Amino acid sequence: MSKGIGVIGLYVHDQDEALDFYVNKLGFNVHADHRNGNYRWLTIKHPNQTSFELGLFLPQEPVLDAATAQTMREMVAKGAMPPLVLIVEDCRAAYDKLRAKGVEFTQEPIARFGGVDANFRDPSGNAWKMIEG
Amino acid sequence: MASTGRVSQDPALLRRLLRAKDRMDAASHEEWPVKRLADVSGVSEAHFARSFKDAFGVPPHRYLLTRRIERAKAMLRDTDMPIIDIALDTGWNSLGTFGRVFKDVTGDSPTELRAREQAGVHSLEQVPHCFVSAAYRPDLKTAVSEKRRQETADTDDPDKEE
Repeated sequence: MSKGIGVIGLYVHDQDEALDFYVNKLGFNVHADHRNGNYRWLTIKHPNQTSFELGLFLPQEPVLDAATAQTMREMVAKGAMPPLVLIVEDCRAAYDKLRAKGVEFTQEPIARFGGVDANFRDPSGNAWKMIEG
Repeated sequence: MASTGRVSQDPALLRRLLRAKDRMDAASHEEWPVKRLADVSGVSEAHFARSFKDAFGVPPHRYLLTRRIERAKAMLRDTDMPIIDIALDTGWNSLGTFGRVFKDVTGDSPTELRAREQAGVHSLEQVPHCFVSAAYRPDLKTAVSEKRRQETADTDDPDKEE
């Protein structure tokens, strides 16, 4: 019997930039940061969700061929990656706090369907929905 | 550019073009002349329209049009607002222009669409808003849009196409 999902990776444009964003702005902790030549295995964890690692990975050779890596870099920058959802206790308070830190919001908090949500992007273009729950 | 060929673009430029798309998404009722969009993306006006189309497959003004029509459809479906108010709220300057463009794009007049949608049964509450809105967005790659596209230059002010 499996125990659940351990790691999901995001493709990012620049790992240092992503690390700064997820750690210093969103409040994640670094879990693993291992280099092997040009390759860097970098994962973060949410402080309240320690069984789950979020990878911040570059689309790059040799994991992807050069043409596919380029396509993936373009797709990420166009915001084409699947949506990500962050659950917060108070969406408006989180919005104020993150916005003050320079997080790029694409939708300010809106109340609908009994909840409040906002949208932001990471520096690479990955879209997050922030839902109060 | 060949219509079937994929144009490779600089990811850093694409990220900036996405910012312009995000801004139109967030405020599709506002006017978005190419100058304003180009400023958001930090590129020249001449470069903007072409590179946006290469990136997202539609020229910027046509993308904006899909967002406005989508919002208008949602308001017709979900509210009892007068159609003139919906027209003004979604970025048109007159009821006549709104009605004409709406029918061109959707095949229905606003009144017809409202009557049909409000007669139907919906259970959209369980679906995140962004998915609902995307699903209701008109596909402007259709023949109607091609006809309209040929009638108007792509590189001009997006708000002029209406």
